[in-house]
Parts: sequence; C-alpha cells; structure tokens
Amino acid sequence: MPGSAQQVPGGVSEDVEVSGHIIDSLLLPKVLDCITQRGGSFDILELTVGQQRKDASYARVRVHAASQGELDQIIAVIGDHGAVSINSEDCRLVAADIEGAFPEGFYSTTNRETQIRIDGNWLTVALQEMDCGIVVSADHQTARCLPMTEVAIGDLIVVGHVGVRITPEERVERGTGFEFMDSAVSSEKPKRVAARRVAEWMVETKRSGGKTLIVGGPAIVHTDSIDYVCDLIQRGYIQKLFAGNALATHDIENALYGTSLGVNLEEGDIVQSGHEHHLRAINTIRRCGGIRPAVEQGVLKSGIMFECVQHDVEFLLAGSIRDDGPLPEVITDCLVAQQKMRVGVRDVTFCLMLSTMLHSVAVGNLLPASVRVVCVDINPSTVIKLSDRGSSQTIPIVTDIEPFLRALVEEVHRLEQAG
Amino acid sequence: MTKSPPVDRLFDSPYILMCPPRFYGIEYEINPWMSRERQADHALATQQWNALFQILQSTGATIELVEPQPGLPDLVFTANAAMVFGRRCYLSRFRHQQRQGEEQHFRATLANLGFDVEELPSDFYFEGAGDALFCGETLFAGYRIRSTARSLQEIARRIDRAVICLELVDSRFYHLDTCFCPLSPHQAIWFPPAFDEYGQRVLRQSIPDLIELDETEAAAFAANAVVVGRQVVTNSGCPKLAAALRSRGFEPIETPLSEFGKAGGSAKCLTLRLDGEEAFR
Repeated sequence: MPGSAQQVPGGVSEDVEVSGHIIDSLLLPKVLDCITQRGGSFDILELTVGQQRKDASYARVRVHAASQGELDQIIAVIGDHGAVSINSEDCRLVAADIEGAFPEGFYSTTNRETQIRIDGNWLTVALQEMDCGIVVSADHQTARCLPMTEVAIGDLIVVGHVGVRITPEERVERGTGFEFMDSAVSSEKPKRVAARRVAEWMVETKRSGGKTLIVGGPAIVHTDSIDYVCDLIQRGYIQKLFAGNALATHDIENALYGTSLGVNLEEGDIVQSGHEHHLRAINTIRRCGGIRPAVEQGVLKSGIMFECVQHDVEFLLAGSIRDDGPLPEVITDCLVAQQKMRVGVRDVTFCLMLSTMLHSVAVGNLLPASVRVVCVDINPSTVIKLSDRGSSQTIPIVTDIEPFLRALVEEVHRLEQAG
Repeated sequence: MTKSPPVDRLFDSPYILMCPPRFYGIEYEINPWMSRERQADHALATQQWNALFQILQSTGATIELVEPQPGLPDLVFTANAAMVFGRRCYLSRFRHQQRQGEEQHFRATLANLGFDVEELPSDFYFEGAGDALFCGETLFAGYRIRSTARSLQEIARRIDRAVICLELVDSRFYHLDTCFCPLSPHQAIWFPPAFDEYGQRVLRQSIPDLIELDETEAAAFAANAVVVGRQVVTNSGCPKLAAALRSRGFEPIETPLSEFGKAGGSAKCLTLRLDGEEAFR
C-alpha cells in the first residue's frame, strides 16, 4: 500500500482510529493522503469494512513520522477528519445491555499489562487476562478484566481502542543461557542448561516468597517422574498444582497398585488385569469421599496427590468429557473450573507446564504476560500452540519429561547445597 | 444499539419550527458575513420574516414557534436547533460561545413538542440541520468549520444510517445548508467550490442530479432553500437556480431575505423541518 512503511530509525509513531462511513465518504483515503502529504507514513493495523451501505467501517492506523513535532502536526490535521489518537482521549464506556455478552465493539484484552484513560488519568487494569473485556467500576476508580460469561447488565465496558494502551512486550531476557530459546522451537538443544535455569527460577521464587504453579499431565506418572515432583513439593518449591483427572488418577493408581494405566513402573511390563487398576483406584478414592479423606484414612500413603495434601499444596483438578470416574475433587463444569483457575493463578509468579496440552493452553490463557512460564513437552506443537494463542512469554523446552525433571531436581539440590 | 426509526411520515402535513426575529440583530461576528458595522434593519427583517412565514403557511405547512429570547439574536436560525430523525432529535452543541445559550431553549421547545431530545458529549460540536441533511436514506454532513467529523460519526452510530462526511473549505459557506440542498432522494442543489476534492467526488458519485450554482447565486444563499413538496423557497436574486428548478418541475418561490443574509443565513436557516425533509427516506 502506498505510504505504508516501517518506522524510520529514530522516528516516532502513534496509533489512531477512524470509524464511520469512511470508505464511501473517502475519509480514510483522505486521512492517509494527509499523512503522506506531510511526510509521514502509515501502517493499517486493522480495517473492518461495513457489509451493507448503512454499516460503518473501522480502521486502526499507525502513523509514523521523523520527529515528535511532525507527528503532532499530522495527528492534529487528521484529527479534524475524525481520526482519533487512541491515547489522547478517555476510553469509551458502554453499559452492558445483555447478561453474559459484551456490547458490540468491546475492547478485547491481551495478557499484557494494560492501562485505560478515564477522566483524564491512566488507570492500570487489574486481573490482566487475555480474551476478556475491561469493566470499569461505577465510580471510575478501578478497572479489571472481565470474562464474557460474567458480564452483568449495566457493567461499564470499554469499547474501541481509544484510551487504551498496553505495555510493550518485553523480549525474553538475553545472556542468561536462554537466548537460543526464543527462536524456533527445537528438540535439538542442550537440556541441562535449560533445567539449570528453571531450577534457578524455582529457587529464586521460593526465596522471594513467590508461588510456583505446576500444570501437569499424566505423562509425569507414565514416565516414572512422580518422585521428582514429590521431591520438589517436599522441599517447598511447588505451591499449586493444576491438572486433570488423569494425573491424579494414575498417581493414585501407582500409589495403590504400583502401575500406571496397568503398566508396572518398576518393571515396565503389563500387569494381569492392570487395565482395571485406575478404575479400582478411582473407586477406592470415591468410597473414601475424596483424595484428602483417603490420605486422612491412611488409604493413600504416597505419590504426588498424597504430598499435595501433606504439604498444603493447593490442587485443582479440571475434568474433561473422556474422564473415567472421575475423582470426587474433579470439577466437571468447565466454566466453574476455569473461574477457580482464574482465581488460583492470581498470586502465581512462576509457572511450569509439564506434558499437558489442553491444561497448558487453558492456564496460558489465564496468566498475565508478567508471569514467567516454562512449558516442557515432548511434542513441539504444544509449546507452539501456547505461543500461537498469545502466551508469547512462554519459554519452550522440547524434551521427554523424565530426563528434564531428573536434571531439574539435581540442579535444585546443587543450588541448595551451594547455599 | 438504537432501533431504526419509523420511515413513514409522522405527521399529516409539513411541520416547521421557526422563531420570530424580535431580538434579531448583528451583535457579534462569528462568520465572514457578519459585521457589527453593517447592522440589520430590524423593521425590514421582521417584514421579511413575516413574508417567509406566510409563504410557508400557504404551502400547507404547520408552523411551531420558539419563544424569542433577548441576548440570543441567532435563535431565529432554527435550522441549527437540532437534527430531527423520526421522533428523535439530536440537539446542537454550538461551536461558538455566543450561540451556546440557544441550546436550552431549543431543548425545551423540542421536548415540549414531544420529541426525544438526545445530546452529544459536551466536548463535541454539532450544529443540527445546518450541517446534517438527508438525501434519500443517506445523511450528508458538513464538518470542519462548525460541526466536527467525530460528532457526525457519533450521530451515524446512533441512527444506524450511512452518514457521508463532507469537508467544508470556504468559510463563507460555513454550514452545509449554505452550499447544499437536497430536493428529492436523487436531486440536490450545490456549490462545488465549498467542498474539497474528496467531497466533490463523493457528491458526484452519490447524487445523480446535481444543480450547480454559480458564485453569485451561491453568495445570495441560493442553496439555503426551503423545500416543501415541489415548492422551493429561496432568497430573491437566484434566477438561474429558479430556471433550473422549473425545468425539473419544481416551483421556485423567491422572497427577499437580505437582512438575514447579513448574519450569514437565509430561508433554510430560518426553518427546521420537524417532520423530516422532503428528500428524506
């Protein structure tokens, strides 16, 4: 497109939006012409064209200029034609007219720190989460991200991009042994370095009073990595565990029968009638009334879930349609589970995702970009999916979970001994 | 989202709002026509206004009146009260402080007449039917000199109609109704130099039959016409327009409005069509 250009070195830029019948009335071409005639350039960030004659169109345009003075002049001129700098005015609020749905044109959030301009002041949006709207309190003193399902009639919802700004994305830190990690996902990278860095973060999180969340899949059990996770729980490196029915079920199956999906974890062979073990394990826990009662009754005596109960690790099990049982603690209403997870992640400062695609993506959706996330999976598509869905702060490690956890625990021990 | 308005006419006969010129005069200068050195002849202005009133009555129009107010000489220009859209009307937010006092009187009058009076945010400028005229289903709207593009975009959002914003570039033609007058859904009078190139292109593309004014008749406010049925009432001194109208089957009626021209207004500015303009669909 003529005039479209990248920002010149040393140049400045500002985003504007223009809406209405901007195609039919040639307002958009006029605005773009004004920019280029005054020596600026532009990128069209978003363009929505009305489908019918009466439908309005919308464009969001990044204006580039060589200096702030030139940019200010351009912004002033195009302002006369209805192009509004998204930072120069208060955000627009529209009261929700339907329960459980935003007004049309609502501002859709990212996971990055966001501020809105209201009554001339910039206000930081609380509970940052992607794919939500922003609701402002009636007194205009607070704002927070709000999921669509929680919209109540009368909620003041931010509409459009005007008066909304987000903190630019930070690149993954350099010179830390992780500079190779922010490029393409690859399994051909040294895992020991990665495990050492994750160990440093976990130790740092514990020392600073932060909270580490593990999001785990049943591969932790299938690959005989239970002891590593138990070790980390016992040493106080894990404060929260989010998983599905499967991780807990197979962990408990192993505790009760020594198998995981019927496979003996010591010998690696299939046990007679082993396929029934996980069902019998679930049944036992259901007869006890739950995982915690099973621990208290002395039925469940080891494993990850046992350690969670023993060490007050907050665990949250979210169900899925294919679950056996499920275990009594499994939350089967996915909106309820999502909401509990949303509350649960609020004080999390470090998140380690271990071999689970759906739960990783779900938690990635809920976490603000300020929380460091490491995703370990043998399948590159899991970590790619996380990044594709906006959790770009995620550090991917493509590897089998067992050698990674083994190295991680060794590094944690080494760091502890080093003091 | 607001509902679509009733497209059917709400009234049985043409319905017009006017304001007697009891306190009319040139008390300030907010456009190139106004000069306190060139005062209006009050008696003549009253005579001219009464003549216009009678012509409009003779077309069968019902006329409502705004109570004149001392200190608000331009209250006589009721076209700037609001933009009427069905039973809703969008109250003006005047750019000049000298006219902002008119808003409360227009608001009260329109509310008394049963309209739902809607207002724009306080930092928006919008000058009613002076800058917003329907031609067919599309609202043509003038901006830059008085109304702002953003106000017109806000109106578009509220009425759910196509709103074509036209930049006005000649300060003599500071309102759209001084340089553009829809006659029917596909016909309009206009003075092209009052618009920038984009606006000229848009109007040529949008309206099949455009009657172009020359400089002299445009400066005599030929575009500031009141259309009632096939009758088109203008200031006197617009013979070329009159001929063009006659050739299209309209009945031009000229009446002297020289004293109002001194304030930058003429026939259209002195009226607000409450039942929707002839060209509105």
